[in-house]
Amino acid sequence: MVRLEDITLSYRRGENPALAGLSFALEAGSFTWLMGASGAGKSSLLKLLQLSVRPTAGRLTVLGTAVHTARRRALPGLRRRIGIVFQDFRLLPHLSVLENVALPLRIAGRREVQLRADAEEMLRWVGLGHRMEDRPEALSGGEQQRVALARAVVARPALLLADEPTSHLDEPQARRVVSLLQEMQRLGTTVVVATHSPNLIQDFPAPILQLHQGRLLSHG
Amino acid sequence: MAKPARVRDPLGLRRAVSGWLLPALVAAMALLAAIALGGAEAAEALARRWEGGAAAAMLVQLQPGLDPVPAAEQVATLPGVAEAIAMDRERLSALLHPWLGDASGLPLPPMIEVRLTHVREADIVAQGIAEMLPGAQVEQHGVWVARLSALARSLQAMAWMTLALVGGLATAILAVATRAGIAARRDTITILHELGATDGTIARHFAKRVAWLAACGASIGVAEALPLLFALGRMASPLLGDGLEMPWLALLALIPAAALIAWFTALSAVRMWLKRLP
Repeated sequence: MVRLEDITLSYRRGENPALAGLSFALEAGSFTWLMGASGAGKSSLLKLLQLSVRPTAGRLTVLGTAVHTARRRALPGLRRRIGIVFQDFRLLPHLSVLENVALPLRIAGRREVQLRADAEEMLRWVGLGHRMEDRPEALSGGEQQRVALARAVVARPALLLADEPTSHLDEPQARRVVSLLQEMQRLGTTVVVATHSPNLIQDFPAPILQLHQGRLLSHG
Repeated sequence: MAKPARVRDPLGLRRAVSGWLLPALVAAMALLAAIALGGAEAAEALARRWEGGAAAAMLVQLQPGLDPVPAAEQVATLPGVAEAIAMDRERLSALLHPWLGDASGLPLPPMIEVRLTHVREADIVAQGIAEMLPGAQVEQHGVWVARLSALARSLQAMAWMTLALVGGLATAILAVATRAGIAARRDTITILHELGATDGTIARHFAKRVAWLAACGASIGVAEALPLLFALGRMASPLLGDGLEMPWLALLALIPAAALIAWFTALSAVRMWLKRLP
């Protein structure tokens, strides 16, 4: 599903690499917590897995595709099979909540009727069925987080990446979001969630990838 | 609160690439292009008229006593001669009437009127006539007309060059407008890219928007040019005889041409920018 072999990621030459010597594998349909202090490399690892950057060295395989050697034109199709919940939501301000959620389906070329039905269903799933026509700016941080989650899962991705998806939520909302992510895992999606919260990890036990200064401290 | 953007515009380009500036600039370019086209057409018509009319004709004055009819038949066999006609006394008198009044009583020399296939044959034909009819005087009023014709052709070439320059400027303006749009929607483009949109999909959204604005601008520019071209045609009508024939097809083609230039310029500018992303 996801395999990293001796991965190094440097943003600029001469600087310390953001990730170094990283090797691990994630099974299909697994749920993994990604932990580490700020600057440990969590976001860099997620960027790597969502194909926003390519490894400087090493071999990266995502959903059966060797990303380190793949041609650029092969990546959009692969990205469409990956759902992402960004830490800063990254909702498009000029689109309605419904259109934001429908975006991955539109990009995938789904038919208008099906696309709308799926996006509406997903918004109801995250408890935002009543805010479909609003703009993101009219929503609270927690609601925007849930819209971002709905957008990430609407296309039923094979790999779901979430960068601090509970950072703007109170405890009950955070638990609800993690429950939704686990539901996705039960449906067969491989889920990787970066978090700072030990409480969540305690309440939702799962394998942990622990990063420290760009290196893998532990996996298990 | 403003109504959410229509789904056909996921990049929000109606706001990012909007306003009157781009259509106004394209309208100005289209206006210049239309005038250049009109100028090229007028220059072409002038050159054609001069080359095919006065320039392609010559008068041959024969030695007194020579019969112009067989001489004309001989001249007609020369290469480059379309027609050679012996001028009778009545036609000669009529030609001289504006200067001499009634010239029917005057001793008039035998004359031949020669029409050339093309003005460039004038020298060869004149040489042939000189060899064929010794002592004959050839009046080549086509020489100065040929110079005017060359001037018209030069004007025509300049008009085409202006058109090419306007095309180049329009391309540059459209590229700048597209880059401004990219800068305004940088984050949105990146998000769409990360969600799996292809370069082609993103670039086509830009291309559609910029092409639409360019087509609107070009329509305005062409419409503005029409009264100017009609006025130009009216001014040129004494020289052109029938007046300037409006190049309707070329003028109308300016609109899709502007849209096409805009489409390809935006497409390539966005694709080039997207290559920075992994």
